[in-house]
Order: sequence, then C-alpha cells, then structure tokens
Amino acid sequence: MKPFSYERAKTPAEAAAAVARTPTAKFIAGGTNLLDLMKLQIETPTHLVDVQDLGLDKIEATTAGGLRIGALVTNTALAADDRVRRDYGVLSRAIVAGASGQLRNKATTAGNLLQRTRCPYFYDTSMPCNKRVPNSGCSAIGGYTRPLAVIGSSDACIATNPSDMAVAMRVLDAEVETVRPNGSRRVLPIVDFHRPPGKTPHIETPLQPGELITGVTLPRPLGGTHLYHKVRDRASYAFALISVAAVIQRDGSGRVAVGGIAPRPWRVEAADRLLPQGARAVAQRLLAGATPTKDNAFKLPLVERTLAAVLSDARG
Amino acid sequence: MLFDKPAGQNAIDQLKVVGKPADRIDGALKTTGTAPYAYERHDVAPNQAYGYVVGSGIAKGRIARMDSTAAQAAPGVLAIVSTLDSPRLTLGRLNTASLFGGPVVQHYHQAIAVVVAETFEQARAAAALIRVDCVRRPGRFDLAMQAKAAPLVGGDAGEGDAAPPVQRSGNFESAFAAAPVQVDATYSTPDESHAMMEPHATIAAWEGDKLTVWTSIQMVAWMKRDLARTLGIVPANVRVDSPYIGGGFGSKLFLRADAVLAALAAKAARRPVKLALPRPLIANNTTHRPATIQRIRLGATRDGRLTAIAHESTSGNLPGGRPETATAQTRLLYAGANRLTSLRLAELDLPEGNAMRAPGEAPGLMALEIAMDEMAEKLGIDPVQFRILNDTQVDPEKPDRPYSARQLVACLQRGAEQFDWRARNSKPSAVRDGRWLVGMGVAAGFRNNLVMRSAARVRLNDRGVVTVETDMTDIGTGSYTVIAQTAAETMGVALDRVVVRLGDSDFPVSAGSGGQWGGNNSTAGVYAACMKLRESVAARLGYDISSATFSDGRVRAGDRSASLADAARSGELVAEDHIEYGDLARRYQQSTFAAHFVEAAVDRFTGVTRVRRMLAVCAAGRIINPKTARSQVIGAMTMGVGAALMEELAVDARYGFFVNHDLAGYEVPVHADIPHQDVIFLDEVDDKSSPMKAKGVGELGLCGVAAAIANAVYNATGVRVRDYPITLEKHLERLPALT
Repeated sequence: MKPFSYERAKTPAEAAAAVARTPTAKFIAGGTNLLDLMKLQIETPTHLVDVQDLGLDKIEATTAGGLRIGALVTNTALAADDRVRRDYGVLSRAIVAGASGQLRNKATTAGNLLQRTRCPYFYDTSMPCNKRVPNSGCSAIGGYTRPLAVIGSSDACIATNPSDMAVAMRVLDAEVETVRPNGSRRVLPIVDFHRPPGKTPHIETPLQPGELITGVTLPRPLGGTHLYHKVRDRASYAFALISVAAVIQRDGSGRVAVGGIAPRPWRVEAADRLLPQGARAVAQRLLAGATPTKDNAFKLPLVERTLAAVLSDARG
Repeated sequence: MLFDKPAGQNAIDQLKVVGKPADRIDGALKTTGTAPYAYERHDVAPNQAYGYVVGSGIAKGRIARMDSTAAQAAPGVLAIVSTLDSPRLTLGRLNTASLFGGPVVQHYHQAIAVVVAETFEQARAAAALIRVDCVRRPGRFDLAMQAKAAPLVGGDAGEGDAAPPVQRSGNFESAFAAAPVQVDATYSTPDESHAMMEPHATIAAWEGDKLTVWTSIQMVAWMKRDLARTLGIVPANVRVDSPYIGGGFGSKLFLRADAVLAALAAKAARRPVKLALPRPLIANNTTHRPATIQRIRLGATRDGRLTAIAHESTSGNLPGGRPETATAQTRLLYAGANRLTSLRLAELDLPEGNAMRAPGEAPGLMALEIAMDEMAEKLGIDPVQFRILNDTQVDPEKPDRPYSARQLVACLQRGAEQFDWRARNSKPSAVRDGRWLVGMGVAAGFRNNLVMRSAARVRLNDRGVVTVETDMTDIGTGSYTVIAQTAAETMGVALDRVVVRLGDSDFPVSAGSGGQWGGNNSTAGVYAACMKLRESVAARLGYDISSATFSDGRVRAGDRSASLADAARSGELVAEDHIEYGDLARRYQQSTFAAHFVEAAVDRFTGVTRVRRMLAVCAAGRIINPKTARSQVIGAMTMGVGAALMEELAVDARYGFFVNHDLAGYEVPVHADIPHQDVIFLDEVDDKSSPMKAKGVGELGLCGVAAAIANAVYNATGVRVRDYPITLEKHLERLPALT
C-alpha cells in the first residue's frame, strides 16, 4: 500500500469535485475491494475521498413506481429490504449469493458495481496485465483460463466481471445515477455501465474523472418469478463459474442475464425473446460468437443446463 | 524408558483421566484470542521492527541486478537484505529448495529480499520500490509432459517409512495376465496447498551470537538444527519457541524462509524483527503436496480374490526432492500374492513438493480406493464385501509379520450398519431426489503408525502441581490436553493440577507433530518421565516404589499416605525421561484403519456435487481423548471434501507457477459444504505401539475420504471421474440426459 491522504466529503458534489482535483484520487465507500487492491498495489491512489457521510443510504419509491437505491445502501440492507424482496426478488437472491455476511454488511451498492475483476493474473503484479498496466500484455490468454470469460472479451483481456448484484440489475434494466464534478447529473443505463474491454480493458466504465455514483434506479416491478442460480465449486463464498438471473412470466416469456462468462453482465435481448422455446434456443443465441478456451469451454453447456434448471424451477 | 515388549497392565490403564473427552485445557485461550501466536508475541523482545519479504517474479533463472535505492530511502526503512548480498545459504537437512542467498532462482516467489522498517506498512510499501532485473530461463513445469521420461526413484515423503523405487513380490505380470477380471486405469491428483490459517511467521532476536526465534513450527528440534545449519552457527546458539500453532498440515514441519529471513533481517537491522509470509506468497514460496499420476492394475478371480496388484505412481519435484510415496498403502492394505509398486520422479522447476497431511497415503488412497470400487463393480460384488474378502492380518509382502492390531473389517461392518449401506442401490444413476442424483460410496482408510523417541521433563511443586515440559507442539490437535491427561493419570492427580508447557527448544526433545505420530509418542514420553517422577516421590517420602499407589493427589504405600505436595515440601522434584523403542515396529506391522462412508448428490443440471452425509469408523489404538480425536477426524474429513471436490493449485506451465495463490483462488471447503459428520472409534488397545497403547488419527481421518466421495459421485451419476478434484466440468456433459 502506498501512502495516501484522506478526506471525508459532506455532499456528493463536493466529493466529486474533490476527486476531480487530484488525478490519482479515488472514492472510498465500504472499501471491501479497494483496500485489498491497495495492499497489493494494484490500485495506488494518492488520495481517498470517503463518501460515507453523503446520506446516500436510503431506498425510496420513485414516482415511476420503481425504487431508487442510494449508492451507499449496503448489500445486506438492499437484499433484506421488504420491497426488494417482494418486487425484485432476483436482486435480493443475487446479492445473498455473493461474498459473505461480513462483506455484505460493509459493501455498498455503488462499490459492488465498481468492483474489479478477480482474474488471478490481474492480482499478481509480477504478471503482465493490460487491465492493471495498460499495454503490458495479457498473461491470462494462453494460461489458466478456467474462471475467465468465454464471450465479450478481447485480444487484450479475458477477465470477467465478478458481481452477482450487477447481473440481477442487468435483468431488471436498472439505471445508474451519477453526479459530475461540475454538479451536473446524468443517468446511465446498466447496459452501458460496464464497457467491453476492447483495446483498453483498464477503462471499465463510462464514468469520468470525479464522477460519483449517487444511486441506482429500478423501473416498475416486472412481476413474474424471480430466480438467481449461481454455480460454483463450493457452496458459499466463491465467485461464480457462471450464474443465471431470470425473471420468468407465467406465459413463459421473460428476461435472462448471465454472470461469470463475460467482462460485463451478459444479456442479449434477442435471446430473451426465445425463452418460450426453452434453454437451448436461448443459450445458443446468448452465446453466439463465444470464444472459449479448452479450460472454460464447459461454461457454454453449463449456461444452457443452468438455464434449464432455472426454467424448470420457474415452472415450479 | 525402553519400550521393547508389548505393554502389560500399567498406570494408564486406570483410565480415570485418559480416555475421557476432556475439554481442551488451552480452549479458553484459543476462543478468547489470548493464546499468543508467533506474530502476536509483542512482549518477548523489545523494539520489534517489521520485515516484509519480496518474492521472485520468475520461476527459473537468475537475479541480474537489484536496485534498492528508492526502498532504502523510503520512510521508516531500517535495513534491506538482498539475495545478492549473500552466497546461497546452506540447505537445511530437510530442505530441497534453497531458502535464500545467491542470484539463482529455483522457483516462483523464492525469497529474494527482505525489507525491515519501523512499521509493517512502511516495510511493505518500501518492498514495492525495489527494482529487480531478472534473466528468465526455460523450465520444466508440466508433470504430464515430464512423466514420460521420469526415472524410478525411491525415498520417503519427509515423514513416514522409506519406500524403494520398485517393490515386487510374486509375479505380477503373469498373475495379472491370467486374472479373469482386470482393472487397468490411470488416476491423477493435483498439487495441493496446505492452506493453514496461520501463515508462516517468526520474530527473531539476537543477543551477541545467540539467536532466539519465536515462530510457528511443528518440529522444534528439526528447526533448531536446520536453522543453525542454514545460518552457519552452532545449534546451541539457537533457541526456538513455538507454543501455539495455527495449523500446519506439514507445511511447518521444516525450516522455511520466514525464520531464516527474520534472523538475517534482525542481524542487519540490529533489532528484533518480526515477519510473516504474505498469503499470496505461501503457495509458491513454501511447500505443497505434489501432483501425482497413478496407474493401478488389479487382477481378481471371479469370486473376488485379488491375485495381482500393481500401483505405479509418478510425481515431480525440484532436483534433489523426494517423490510422493503414493504407493505406500498399496503394499499393505489388501491380500494378494503378486504385487508390484513403483515410484517415478520427474524433475520439475515448480516450487518444492513436500509433506502434506498423510503424504503418500492421502493421494495414494484417492486412486487405489477408486480402483477397488471399479473392480467391485466389475465383479458384481458389494464394495464393502469386496474389501472384507481381501483383508489380510499379515504384511502381504512378509506373511510372517503380523499386524499389531487390524480391525479394517470391523470398521467396514460397523460403518455399513451405521450408515444403512444396505439402502444403497448398486446400479449407478438410479436414485433421484428432485433434481439431484444421489449416490453412496465407501473407501478404506489406512495410515501407518510411526514410533519415535520422545522426551519430557516433569516437575512437582509444594502445591502438588505437576508441570510438564517438552518441546512437543500443539498444532490445533489437542497436544496440551492429552499430555495433561497422561500426566494426571500417571501421577494420580486431577487434570487441573497439571500445567503443560510446550514448544520450547530448551525443553527435552519430543517426537513433535507430524505423521500422526505426535499424540502417541509424546504422551508415551510424558508417561516415562512421570514414572520416573513417581520414583523420586517415593524416594523422597521413603516409600517403597514397588508398592506405592498414586491417586487423588496422594501417595499410598502400605499404611502410610502423603499428599504429593508433601513430597515436594522440601524442594521441587524434577524428573526427565524419554520413550524409546525396540523392534516391535519391525516385528509387527503397526497401522491405523478406517472405513469412510459418504452420501453425495450431484445436480443433474449443473453437475455440482454436494456431500450429504459422512461417516468415519476408525480403529487406531487407544483414543486418549475422544473429543480432541473426533475434532481431528472431522477436520480431516473436511479436508477430504476439499481434495475430492475443489482443491487444486492451478499450474501455469508457461510461467511456471501456481496461479491461484490466495484463499480466493485456492478454494477449501466452507461450512456450507460440510454436512453432518459422524465419527466412531472402535475399542482398540494396541499393546505393541507404546505404553499408551494408542496410535494416531490426525491423518487417518483424511485417508480414503476423497475416494469415498468419488465413489459416491460415481454411484450417483454413472460417470467415473479419475482426475481430482471432481469439478463439474469433468462429468457435466456425460451426465444422464436432461428430460
């Protein structure tokens, strides 16, 4: 960990301005990912702006009939909220499938969206990694790829996004609200929030320097049956090999997103429309163009089979 | 005390304290966080500075240049010791990889520098400023590729019996060719990491030429000797203190870089230095259980008698390293006249392979006990019955050498009854529970009993308190408690009148902790010392020792009686002795046995396996403390779940290192993976093992577990997986069709 300075901001605009002032500053909320990365010098901010006093810790109804989740709502609080459990069960289930109770108590909604990949090569500073050191190369390609991406990756990076929460938010068409250092606000659809790696895998979101997430908005409830099925090597406290988030209606229509296979929560709207045809049709459309390795090719049949389990569960 | 003939009736047989499920006497310290582990011993030396270890970023080659200028100038930095500052240090007698010194890099994350600073954070930050220029050389990192040309090499696994490169009895080839039923299959087990909770950690302080290390080590005397040897000082100038150890599983049998670097750093900084190996360094800097490729051939008659057994194992290690003795149990476990075992060793440039809990037997049984399941199925014989049919009561290679005690058959029978084995459907993939495919599996467990010299000193004070001092260690096993029970039993006092002091190299040298030899041997040494103390007590009181009895804190002889406190009134009484062994271990094969039963369920959609029930039935001599023994076994069964289903150090064969080198990447079981576990200890006293008539269970509890799970998975799915761990992709696309 490199020495850094620290301040606690009072308002979102002030926080955004504070980070914008220092090119190597970062926000810190729960710190469950950032501090680990700082200890390993994968992240090396020289200044931290603590956002925990900003009052962004409420879940409120929106006039559109949805919910607005403050950026600092903890994963525990979000998963346990009665309205979330009733109307957005897929989100509640996804969150409790991730991390541990202790981490969820500390981790925040915005922090979860911004957590970085768990690619083991990203974590080993002796290894080249384009995400960690731009243009240094990708040591994961050709190496140990079992946990890594099978689709949506690039020649520069095959890392996956590790979030469970974000997969559910993708299926719910959530929107990310931000404030910029000049005080202006904008709304980013979740589909645009996690960028494809392309040649610049170190740029993971469209957030500008100093731009602060203030909340996440969920549209009106979708109804239907909400399911989250996470597949992993052990029963808890492990990142997904793959996961499937789904909202399935009585008529068999619905939405599905997949985690653990791509640099972003993976959803293809055209595949949603094939849900009445069953898991195979959906999986083929979802995974069209996949570029698996020998070690992670299993993720393709696994997505199909897990989706079949989810559809079976949805039928009750 | 020389133990050279079977034990007769003795003080331990009273079983007033021994054999009782006493709570750990150190339990309150552990559960309140007040048992000081090595890194927490803030009070043992003043003015401790912090060391931070830098690991090599290449697996093979040399360090051409190291620029520490920026690090040296960083805040708080007191000293930097670089591998280029010193010649390669002398290898410890039990080390394979160099621990420090010189430009040559033998493996990834080999220690190449240590930075000392006023605070941990300063040391860590400065360490990141060191610039290293390396010259990378090509290495051999792929066991499967190197296995083809691997030579036959014997040896031992760092603990346990030595094995010859090839062992034959009868004529395997002709018997196998003639066998009407044959199994010929190849199995693999991966590299595994000990993944103990406490990392390797040491505080080192010099006083002139004398070095003290407060550390975490299973074998205090081995460390004292090898630390002195590595540093080029006399052993008398080294003191090792290791009273509490947060798990070791073999990773702390031997001197490692933490102690060497703490000593060098303390010398350079002229201050006591504490350091711990950072978690990401442990997988590659220290040792691991080496991967194996095992070919097993079994030949049997149609009525289920084994006539031919061959087990050929290949593992890899650094030049000079030892093979994983995965064939050890195959020489002894089942009857059969024609036998062949062999070990091959490939040279690899991966980190050092060495002992991990039940080296040899643990990976060996992972393969052998699947092969037995495969043969039972081919024969159409129940796998429990098949094992019973092939039981032996003698060493199969030396039929005139009987077992001291062998109750494998009773373990299997009792387990089958307890587990309701009859309910198992022998047809694979026949039992469903919702979306789960359910199966049951069995495997035998086997681990040898090793007898080793072990000494102790006992003191009796004028309050009647008995204090035991020995360099024995407690690695979470319960050594404190079983030693206290032994002393209490022998001296005739209550458990709370015994104080146990462990882990200090100034105390008499014990067997130490490893190879499940610690419990039996260390308590036997304590028993020997206590018997000597009884003589001193009787002499002090003027009692005839041959008629003296010790109970309830008193000594009685004839019509005379005195409290133990009275005996020490005129001064503390001290006695020291050791147990040493004659040739009973040569005349009798001494082993421990288990039967492991598992019910597992496999998700027919995703292939995920979850264990539903586990049972271990153990026959391992006298169980000195059923509570701590049960804890040992359920912990071992948990480790077996890891071995079966998830644990694997992933090798990057290009860069030559274990990639998943932290506890996020190297998964071990969590609570949610572990179902109800039952443990049964059969009544057994083994009068050939020691005066305690005990053996050990710490490794037995692991031996066979993974194969029982593998066999349950096969019974559930009908898909045989021979490569561990059984992760879902190994059977996913061969599972029964989804309907």
